[in-house]
Amino acid sequence: MTEVKRTPLYNAHVAAGAKMVEFGGWLMPVQYEGIIKEHQAVRSAAGLFDVSHMGELKISGRGAREFIQKLITNDVSRLRPGCALYSPMCNPQGGTIDDLLVYQLEDDQYLLVVNAANTEKDYNWVRSQAPATVTIENVSEVTCQLALQGPAAQGILQKITAINLGDIRYFCFVYGRVEGVQCLISRTGYTGEDGFELYFPAEHAEALWQAILAAGQWEGIKPAGLGARDTLRFEACLALYGHELTEEISPLMAGLGWTVKFNKPAFIGREALLKEKEAGPTHRLVGVEMIDRGIPRQGYPLFKEGRQVGWVTSGTFAPTLGKNLALAYVAVEWAATGGELDVMVRHKLLKARIVPKPFYKREV
Amino acid sequence: MNVPVELKYSREHEWVRVEGNRAIIGITDFAQESMGDIVFVELPSVGDTVEAEEPFGVVESVKTASDLYAPVSGEVVEVNNEPVDAPEVINQDPYGKGWMIVVEMSDPSQLENLLSAEQYKAMVEEQA
Repeated sequence: MTEVKRTPLYNAHVAAGAKMVEFGGWLMPVQYEGIIKEHQAVRSAAGLFDVSHMGELKISGRGAREFIQKLITNDVSRLRPGCALYSPMCNPQGGTIDDLLVYQLEDDQYLLVVNAANTEKDYNWVRSQAPATVTIENVSEVTCQLALQGPAAQGILQKITAINLGDIRYFCFVYGRVEGVQCLISRTGYTGEDGFELYFPAEHAEALWQAILAAGQWEGIKPAGLGARDTLRFEACLALYGHELTEEISPLMAGLGWTVKFNKPAFIGREALLKEKEAGPTHRLVGVEMIDRGIPRQGYPLFKEGRQVGWVTSGTFAPTLGKNLALAYVAVEWAATGGELDVMVRHKLLKARIVPKPFYKREV
Repeated sequence: MNVPVELKYSREHEWVRVEGNRAIIGITDFAQESMGDIVFVELPSVGDTVEAEEPFGVVESVKTASDLYAPVSGEVVEVNNEPVDAPEVINQDPYGKGWMIVVEMSDPSQLENLLSAEQYKAMVEEQA
């Protein structure tokens, strides 16, 4: 593996007392003050995340749209410039290469925002599939991405931009200046809260980071690390690649059937996914709440009547709910809500119950 | 990093306060700080025996689970329920309210295998 990369905010994180860890080839802040405090700040006020480790691939040229239509399972024909779409990208077997956001920048120009650890893999895959008229550019290293999330996000950001943020609808974006820095401002996020993601040239990272924190001081904004990002997305039951999604797991099994559009033109993985859909899935992604004391963690097996019927993909103490919860794949015959299962925690079987997803949903 | 001089320390980041033949045991400030927010603790019951250098319980933060290792062997004579009910007390007061168990030592000579505050500090600084 190549050298661990640092985002343009590395020094700012260290100065703020962050604990830095390697994630997806990048040195990232896992926490500043503490995961729970940062988590609660996002639920009740706002948190600012450096997510510059995310990969950005620019796809442009004649036929870009048809090409992306072939690459991903969701339907790009519904996109127009100024909007974004969430989609899995599958291999021919229907397994998930990655899950990503597609931003349509212009008529023949798109931005794919992909998971950090998959950037290189995705870039190579996308290039290997591309027609000659389409250009693919990996702009990850020169793009800084910040996520401002929480109920106070709009109010805070509005103080330092002339763009009317209230006009930006969910999963849409505009170009505009924030504190003098030209940004792509999109109303997206990965926390279950309202909020914005900003994409801009890396050289402005520190100035914008500090300006947003200063603007949100009164509201109680906190810098938030990847630890809180994970617990927040977990409570909202948003899939995390490497946990709920892998090359062996299809979006259908992951409960992302709404992102697989069979009635659009052919796309990679269609045949395999159609077959899986017709046969019915073998496992379903469910929410699990512990009845006995214990915390379920990724990889822990689930049992029913002494037989293994599933496995945990993500699990932790959910700070907003105060419960020990998990996302888990469970054989369909045992996957009904309300059903009881045993989780193997350190060689002991602990009782748990299947509960509805998402665990957390913000009030609108 | 707080490393009280009057305590003894294990290489697995537990502290021991010796009172006669009894050892009061908890985890160090360095341990709680590295783990982050502690959200789950599992301790043995009064009457259980623990073996030096063997796991006697578990402490979990939001992100990780770690075994607790007994610094000395003996019988558990007291268990602190406070960290079981409110695990954050270990973050807040690792040497005080965050104590975990009291062990009646079966072999007090095991204390000689533990580190002094100075030695523990040096070990942690070397790891960092």
